[in-house]
Amino acid sequence: MNHEELLYAYAVTRDDGTPGAGDLETLTGVAGESVRPVRHLGLTTLVGQVPAAGFDEAALRASLEDVAWLEKAARAHQRVIDAVSAGGACVLPLRLATVYRDETGVRRMLADRHAQLGAALDRLDGCVEWGVKVHAVGSAGQAPAATGSSSGAGPPAPRAAMSGRDYLRSRAAARHADEEGARREDEAARGIHAALTALAEQTRIYPPRQGSLAGPSGRNVLNAAYLVRRESGGRFTSAAAGLAGLAPEDGVRLELTGPWAPYSFAGQATTGQPTAGEEIP
Amino acid sequence: MTGDGLLVQRRLSLVDLLDRLLAGGVVVAGDLTLRIADVDLIRINLHALISSIDDQVPSPWESWEPRESWVSREEAGA
Repeated sequence: MNHEELLYAYAVTRDDGTPGAGDLETLTGVAGESVRPVRHLGLTTLVGQVPAAGFDEAALRASLEDVAWLEKAARAHQRVIDAVSAGGACVLPLRLATVYRDETGVRRMLADRHAQLGAALDRLDGCVEWGVKVHAVGSAGQAPAATGSSSGAGPPAPRAAMSGRDYLRSRAAARHADEEGARREDEAARGIHAALTALAEQTRIYPPRQGSLAGPSGRNVLNAAYLVRRESGGRFTSAAAGLAGLAPEDGVRLELTGPWAPYSFAGQATTGQPTAGEEIP
Repeated sequence: MTGDGLLVQRRLSLVDLLDRLLAGGVVVAGDLTLRIADVDLIRINLHALISSIDDQVPSPWESWEPRESWVSREEAGA
């Protein structure tokens, strides 16, 4: 390979878990390129050859701020991960935008991180990730700060006929109702999280979505990922469906996504720390 | 309206994916890996960009502490 091209790395698997060349044949990556394995010491990294002009550090930094580019890259990255894990192989997704100059660099990484990668593959083997988000839908719990809504469930505006004391009283009552609703929703989210945690090997809590990222529904009260054994998947999704059915009674709505490759757990040590993004020590 | 709804759904599923690709995944040293700080910056820019489809552009990644009662189980358990 000449220096006009770089290798974009998608994922690490075990050699024996790697799909054959035929399975990769139709697969394309972030630059529409074909995807191939680089094998070393019993591990495989899936890479694609990409133009340096689009994927060197400066180009990447600029591209990653372009939502359209990022969406295309993220979906291509996911496509490769999904294709490789479809056969049941354990796949460690690499973080977006991990780039090497050549195969020597990829092999060096496999050698340097051999023990940690092997341990992560052992730990995650046979597991998938499910995502669960819980949103408040009850009118009382619509936190004004989160929705930015000026209409709706807020306290009534003071009218000429209302005394100052009545106004303050009605505001206090509305605030109390808000707090009561929010407390009930948090309680419901905790209950859902506890029930699902009991069926999971590990969990990870993401910060709740704020503002418009919470979506058209209300305040995001839980945004979590659960690592679940493949054979327990049915039990987990049935439990989630059951909880989703009961959720409206508590003023919340449950949304399930997955199964995902174990993105949220691949980079974590075995402690199950719910905090974000640390690398394997 | 339906079109807007689909766009929002699509954006939100992108946020789900990016949460995983930028905050998850194995971090290994590439020859040209962006530093974690850069990735975090990207995440902030990106969330601002995505949320700018609405009028309100809140800061989506304000410092946030997991509720103790939620995390104690994992910390104690695993």
